[in-house]
Amino acid sequence: MSAATGNCTAEGGVSRGNLRYSAERGQREVFCGLTGIIWLHRKIQDAFFLVVGSRTCAHLMQSAAGVMIFAEPRFATAIIDERDLAGLADANVELDRVVTQLLERRPDIKLLFLVGSCPSEVIKLDLSRAALRLSSRFSPQVRVLNYSGSGIETTFTQGEDACLASLVPGLPRLGEEAAPNLLIVGALADVVEDQMRRLFDEMGIADVQFFPPRRSTLLPAVGARTRYLLAQPFLADTARALEELGARRIAATFPLGAEGTASWLKAAAEAWAVDPSLYRRVTQPAYERAQRALSRYRDLLAGKRIFFFPDSQLEVPLARFLSAEMGMELVEVGTPYLHRAHLSADLDLLPPGTRVVEGQHVENQLDRCHAAKPDLVVCGLGLANPLEAQGLTTKWSIELVFTPIQGFNQAADLAELFARPLVRRTRLVA
Amino acid sequence: MRIATAMTDVHYVLHAPQGDTYADLLFTMIERLPRRPPVTYTTFQARDLGGDTAGLFQNAAREAFERFKPQAMLVGASCTAELIQDDPGGLARALRLPIPVVQLELPSYQKKENWGAAETFYQIVRAMAAPQAPPPGFKRPPRAPGTRASCNILGPTALGFRHRDDVQAVKLMLADLDVDVHVVAPLGASPGDLARLGEADFNVLLYPETGSLVAQWLGRTFDQKTIKSIPIGLGATREFIAEIAQLTGVDPGRALHGAPSNSSWYSHSVDSTYLTGKRVFVFGDATHAVAAARIAAQELGFTVVGLGTYSREFAREVREAAKLYGIEALITDDYLAVEAKVAELQPELVLGTQMERHIAKRLGVPCAVISAPVHVQDFPARYSPQMGFEGANVIFDTWVHPLMMGLEEHLLTMFRGDFEFHDAAPASHLGFTAAPRDQTAAPAAQPAVPAEAVSDRPSAPVSATAGALWAVDAEKELGKIPFFVRGKARRNTERFAADNAVALITVETLYDAKAHFSR
Repeated sequence: MSAATGNCTAEGGVSRGNLRYSAERGQREVFCGLTGIIWLHRKIQDAFFLVVGSRTCAHLMQSAAGVMIFAEPRFATAIIDERDLAGLADANVELDRVVTQLLERRPDIKLLFLVGSCPSEVIKLDLSRAALRLSSRFSPQVRVLNYSGSGIETTFTQGEDACLASLVPGLPRLGEEAAPNLLIVGALADVVEDQMRRLFDEMGIADVQFFPPRRSTLLPAVGARTRYLLAQPFLADTARALEELGARRIAATFPLGAEGTASWLKAAAEAWAVDPSLYRRVTQPAYERAQRALSRYRDLLAGKRIFFFPDSQLEVPLARFLSAEMGMELVEVGTPYLHRAHLSADLDLLPPGTRVVEGQHVENQLDRCHAAKPDLVVCGLGLANPLEAQGLTTKWSIELVFTPIQGFNQAADLAELFARPLVRRTRLVA
Repeated sequence: MRIATAMTDVHYVLHAPQGDTYADLLFTMIERLPRRPPVTYTTFQARDLGGDTAGLFQNAAREAFERFKPQAMLVGASCTAELIQDDPGGLARALRLPIPVVQLELPSYQKKENWGAAETFYQIVRAMAAPQAPPPGFKRPPRAPGTRASCNILGPTALGFRHRDDVQAVKLMLADLDVDVHVVAPLGASPGDLARLGEADFNVLLYPETGSLVAQWLGRTFDQKTIKSIPIGLGATREFIAEIAQLTGVDPGRALHGAPSNSSWYSHSVDSTYLTGKRVFVFGDATHAVAAARIAAQELGFTVVGLGTYSREFAREVREAAKLYGIEALITDDYLAVEAKVAELQPELVLGTQMERHIAKRLGVPCAVISAPVHVQDFPARYSPQMGFEGANVIFDTWVHPLMMGLEEHLLTMFRGDFEFHDAAPASHLGFTAAPRDQTAAPAAQPAVPAEAVSDRPSAPVSATAGALWAVDAEKELGKIPFFVRGKARRNTERFAADNAVALITVETLYDAKAHFSR
């Protein structure tokens, strides 16, 4: 690692709890939080996301999402131009006009998010006031909320965190006398949700709700007896907002792999005092099936050395799955942010001495990666082809966000994502 | 960025928030570039805004210089960094780096990408070549007898539509004209190469959107002529060769006959008669859109029903071209406006960019891509130029492929009720499996209403639609009209009914409307 210079510091490693932690700053090769709209607009089917930003934001959404989505997307960009920069009053009038036009054209929209971007934040356009103003105009047909997906505030998956956190204050409240309910927090593929719901049902945990819901009219209720289980590791602000309403987190590993899923479900079962034998009876068949499916990939992955560039904050739970369940060796686990409380169960299961790096200095990290010559590099799309061209084998990290990977039935799919690039290398002779 | 990434030995330091690095993946993924673009982003965050973002920029510039050792550095600000007004140019100059530092002023709240690329190319060419400039009023002496002419090729960039292959195709033509290629820029050029631009006899400008500022400046400064023809299509390629031959005094014979084109013969062959009068909608950058319209009309015998561009800087040229086809040009960067136009015109083929491909797909119209912005499948592994005689062949194949084959189209018109020939069935050579249509649909062996039932007149949205009802028979008859013009026939008939106060649309009304609009 090169010497620390100015802002681009690379602090020396700190050993704590048997892991080697360090933090670095420099160029971050990551998406901004706007990218979260790509999956959120599919998840909440009556929501629309209006980015208030520049042509660059529109270009990002168009090139990152437009190329993948063929249905009429439920997102758009209200472009700030020089006239808006001249005075804030104009920008607000302009925004009201765009929103009115949009809602006239799309009467199916029940929830509108005004999404802040880098330029809207730097010019201090107050989207929360705009959201209040528009909400009062269009209620009760449409609710208007706001959050920031800007690159100066959010990194990639933090966009989902900001979006969900903006929904929390408007959740229905449960009284003191209400029965305990379970909230699963974090966007999951519909198929995964359905599987999880069946397992909870069979264990007798009936009052389970998923957040975000599939429709904005199905928002879960929260109260002092609400317990929540995180399905995604990047929801710091959402968790804090839920706690403010009295909800309490059930600590668990994240539901990746057979073991990860089993202990995630087990944490909920224990919180609901489910009979351990019932828990076993419900989960054992799916657990064993997952293990059978995983065993095929274990030979391929065991002993292989893997290097994570920071991307989605899924890196720590993924590293736990790959080392603890698949026998891979962790060279470096880079992550944009490290939420030690939410990740503690997964961090505890990483092998002693694992290098965990928070933040990014992409040039220095590339130097370390080249020096280590790992068997597999998990990185963003901007780096993948250049690394492949230099002889390294890579796994696109974004696919880990866009694929159903949680739960027993997806455990082998997750392993396969890491095995495929390695298998491909062995197949190609020319 | 398309300029910096196209070049070698330059580095671009961009003052930008985190997230803007997504631009890297346009190059590494869409163009499959095997290296990172030579760009360092400062990726500032909210916590930096209260502090020293200027220092952040200087550190990034200094580190980039030490690590990448470029011959020249570009510095600039992204849309957000523009707002915090850190003056990257002044900050970089204060570092006193031993290389030329070119400050880019690209006001992103006013201007678009092509303008930015043209301006960037111009700024770096000026920075490198101005020191070599002769005194003002310089007149280029005639070429010494017996020496070969030389030219620069201007305009190709990274992430351009077929630029790599176009350069190859043009080089082959120039070789046949005994013209040497001095510098190709920006694609593959180093800052040192740019310094030598003034040495060539003339310039070949392939992409005016990115290269015309440079070509004009070189013309003023070094008295270099610019070849104006852009060799996309057979006719334009011949003109390109003739223009160079005239300028350099070489015999164009070898270049004209060296690469015979199949496209001309294919277009004349009887099989291609089914192409006659196919209604095409053309949209793209100005250069490609104008060229495509000309090829469509003159070399394939299509009817150009729509022509447009997102390049406002070249709106005048596109409007002029549109007049040739008796239509009005669509100048817009709002893809919803383009979509509305395509839906209104109901063309049989859309020639456009990546965005029009989505539009055509949604509307169920065949489409071929003719212009940037493009997607990964528009960077084919094979040699696939748009320019020159081989380019004309590539264009013939690419545009004709998405269309229904001639006889198949007739059969489809004749046997509307055939379960494999229903509306959703694509052309059979495209190989999708078509789901059989509901078998209860009325079998219709009668000859269908010919497509001419539909005139090219603009059909304004009909407000009185609610007034006229369709009789069951008429609705059934409408179903026999080929699906790609059925919507138009429906709207024309409804308009006819509204204009004539017909309350119930019968089979007779349908044919009355057909007669009315086909006059």
